[in-house]
Amino acid sequence: MNVAVLQFPASNCDQDALHVVRHVLGLAGRFVWHKENSLAGIDAVIIPGGFSYGDYLRTGAIARFSPIMQAVRDFAAKGGPVLGICNGFQILCEAGLLPGALIRNRSLQFRCEHIFLKTLTRLSSFTNKIPDGKILRLPIAHGEGCYFADDATLEQLEKEDRILWQYADANGQLTEAANPNGSLRNIAGICNEARNVAGLMPHPERASEMILGSADGRLIFEGLAGALEGRMAKAA
Amino acid sequence: MSDPAITLELVLQHNLTPEEFDKIKGILGREPSYTELGIFSVMWSEHCSYKNTRPLLKTFPTKSPRILVGAGEENAGIMDIGDGLAIAFKIESHNHPSAVEPFQGAATGVGGIIRDIFTMGARPVCAINSLRFGPIDAGENSVNNRRLFGGVVSGIAHYGNCFGIPTIAGEVYFDPSYEGNPLVNAFCLGVLRHEQIARGAAKGAGNPVFYVGPATGRDGLAGAAFASRDLTEESAGQQRGAVQVGDPFMEKLVCEACLELLATDAVAGIQDMGAAGLTCSTCETAARAGTGIEIELALVPQRAPGMTPYEIMLSESQERMLIIVRAGREDEVKRIFDKWDLPWARIGEVTDTGRMVVKHNGAVVADIPARKLADEAPVYHPESREPAYLQAVRAFSLASVPASTDPAADLKRLLSWPGIASKNWVYRQYDHTVRDGSAVGPGSDAAVLRIKADSLPSGAANGSAVEKYLALTVDCNAAYVYLDPYEGAKIAVAEAARNLACAGAVPLGTTDNLNFANPHNPELFWQLKESVRGLAEACRFFDAPVTGGNCSLYNQSPNGPIDPTPTVAMVGLIEKPEHITTQWFKDEGDAVILLGDAVDEQDPMRGLGGSAWLQALHHLKAGSPPRCDLEKERSLHNTLRGFIACGLIKSAHDCSEGGLAVALAECCISQQIARETPRLIGTHIDLSFAVAETTRLDALLFGETQSRVLVSVAPLDVVKVAERAKILGVSAVKIGAVGGDELTIKAGAWGGKWPLAELHDLWWNAIARSMAQ
Repeated sequence: MNVAVLQFPASNCDQDALHVVRHVLGLAGRFVWHKENSLAGIDAVIIPGGFSYGDYLRTGAIARFSPIMQAVRDFAAKGGPVLGICNGFQILCEAGLLPGALIRNRSLQFRCEHIFLKTLTRLSSFTNKIPDGKILRLPIAHGEGCYFADDATLEQLEKEDRILWQYADANGQLTEAANPNGSLRNIAGICNEARNVAGLMPHPERASEMILGSADGRLIFEGLAGALEGRMAKAA
Repeated sequence: MSDPAITLELVLQHNLTPEEFDKIKGILGREPSYTELGIFSVMWSEHCSYKNTRPLLKTFPTKSPRILVGAGEENAGIMDIGDGLAIAFKIESHNHPSAVEPFQGAATGVGGIIRDIFTMGARPVCAINSLRFGPIDAGENSVNNRRLFGGVVSGIAHYGNCFGIPTIAGEVYFDPSYEGNPLVNAFCLGVLRHEQIARGAAKGAGNPVFYVGPATGRDGLAGAAFASRDLTEESAGQQRGAVQVGDPFMEKLVCEACLELLATDAVAGIQDMGAAGLTCSTCETAARAGTGIEIELALVPQRAPGMTPYEIMLSESQERMLIIVRAGREDEVKRIFDKWDLPWARIGEVTDTGRMVVKHNGAVVADIPARKLADEAPVYHPESREPAYLQAVRAFSLASVPASTDPAADLKRLLSWPGIASKNWVYRQYDHTVRDGSAVGPGSDAAVLRIKADSLPSGAANGSAVEKYLALTVDCNAAYVYLDPYEGAKIAVAEAARNLACAGAVPLGTTDNLNFANPHNPELFWQLKESVRGLAEACRFFDAPVTGGNCSLYNQSPNGPIDPTPTVAMVGLIEKPEHITTQWFKDEGDAVILLGDAVDEQDPMRGLGGSAWLQALHHLKAGSPPRCDLEKERSLHNTLRGFIACGLIKSAHDCSEGGLAVALAECCISQQIARETPRLIGTHIDLSFAVAETTRLDALLFGETQSRVLVSVAPLDVVKVAERAKILGVSAVKIGAVGGDELTIKAGAWGGKWPLAELHDLWWNAIARSMAQ
């Protein structure tokens, strides 16, 4: 089982993601440089947070042209699990692997704080280890995390049960006050139609050890690890 | 274009005195060229040479068995934290650039200090900062103060967040003395293994000299010289071009590439191009190694056409590094910098002549003995005289201040006073959780950072799996320093050490940022001298040697000098993760104990001197500040740490601005679970034991008597804590219990009651409300 953590120029959560993969989950993992063009031998891909290419054009807009992104498209098309966190979510949207876009926070300010997340469906390898009704407490850290899509897309996401997480209050209520960036329908994370590609703005890799105040994020990675075991068993 | 003739006028324009010019001619044995004049002017500016402060800085304690690289040796000091691990840390100011262009000024301040850290071979793992502005809530200049404050905060956020460094602690003050001359002090800490320490020395004649990073432009020309004179309308206007433009994306790439290169062992020496750019990095590396250096400016990557040697040498374009490579290992530099798509150029080589030789298209434009330039700047002992205003300070009678008519309202006013109010408007704009180390983020007495094996620079293959826990804080109550520079500076150190003790840490070392006004004014230089005396004494006392820092003089605007502000950043070590302690109350039913005195027993009014209460309620910065008894302070810290190590302490919070009442309120309202979700937990307090005929209620509630910490403990542990404290000579009085949704305080016949939701709203939202004006 081998997890790839992609590295773009100025990815800055890459080391955190690999830390959790290796030292918290005990899985094998390695960095994959954006100039590489193969994911041979890789069982899951994490696109970490950061400011790829300085985010100078538009978040994620340049990263999607990296050689490695073609390999990610092929990997995803074959059902390989891909998780985009923060800037990784933005890159997946820019690359067309997930619908919608992430635009500037409604406050116009960067926001770093803990938020509560309600999980809407356990039907994905990113959510199937999260107990029913469990509200996750994770940090966010972004300036452009407002999820935006047209009504038709939003309806489709809802209908197909593809909204994985929404910003909520401690009791799971989808209030406006609980929404840190103005995301439509309080959306914090979604998946693709095949349910193997997911993105979210909060940082589960910063909340996978109790020393950091919350280990809720670990549940998301454990789902991913479980999916890998399943895939490998099937392959064998 | 030919160089201008060297005239006395030109010399003075370069901020050099006629005597300094004579000294330059003596060193060279001839008249300097225009480029050489520029080089001397930046290297002999206060910013680079410390010519007015060096004798004072020598009085700091700088030795300890833990110090691996000491103050002044390199770009940052390095301390041993055990198990082969070390930390590099330093604080530096970017005051004048931030006054002129707050966003870029502050951003490049962060960039500069991060470079100082990775230059040492360390991976930067956290940042903190200390900021000061004019009042933002009221007053005719508050619009401009808000502009500066907002700009500085977003500049820091922009650079730090993009680079990917958690900004985990800080302090922000607002006072009229900083109007027009804000202070921006940025601190960075990095981690490395002992064997990974890199040096800024140009070792080995014949070794090639590489320039890496973005091309050199005309931005930031002579910024170091700009920082070394008073800030006026005219100088700010002229010098707008002296503010550099930062690119955190580039810095991140340069940092990763340098750490990757350092892991190869191909590097003989490395130094960032910070203040005085190419000039400082070349002459300092040669001076440190006792070698010479020769560079060809035509090989330096340039952003603008037709740059003169003078401009190239004095440019402060950001994110550039100078690397001395071991001869024969050049290909490794090329391979790594090409991988990161970064510009690099071989611009010269190390020589054995002891001279810094600069050529432009083959013609020598500067030829200067490196050591004399870097290490033999003139040293001055400016005249000093006690400021006249201090007589009035001493004569001021605190008893003449009318007693509070409504202490309940005073507490609300203090909690919403921007100096005391929550700084969440600031730190929620900073990424403070990246790098998976923030065990305690902003909002407690000290931040706590977990250092893990993969925090280290790559190449630490033999890295141990040991985790370390560091506590960090930055402190300075400048009102105290203004009212008594010696005592105030001692308090800055004592408070920093106290904050670390509250988190469960033992101080390791200190880095200080001396922000003062014009040193040629004897009264202002006296403030500096006295402050340094206080800092040195207190750092020695707490065994927290100074590992480096920064001097920023000439902090005055046409309105006058700033309050003397010797900012103290202190780093401590927490032995075990279970010792990490935060300031907020934890459980209903716990007992609240005051460690230390309710008021200064010799003079119960003394705690109000220089207090936030006087400033916020009476618009007075007056009276002698509280006394700082270092012995008493140290036994408090040792006692508290002992209790923490025994698992007796649930929360610990130091009493500082706003006194006991504000500290109690903060224990009740400062835990933030998540967005819009504070955890409010009340307490019932009885201070009747301290009420005497001579004690005024306002002095008891809001006095800032030093050496005090509020702790909460399980009810069963009260007796144990009280008895042990008594043996150790520390006063410990149970003053109440945790519980409910109100803060109530009883003091003799008086009683106050505050719903926590209201207190939290006032405290949490005050700055956002000011900024929304």
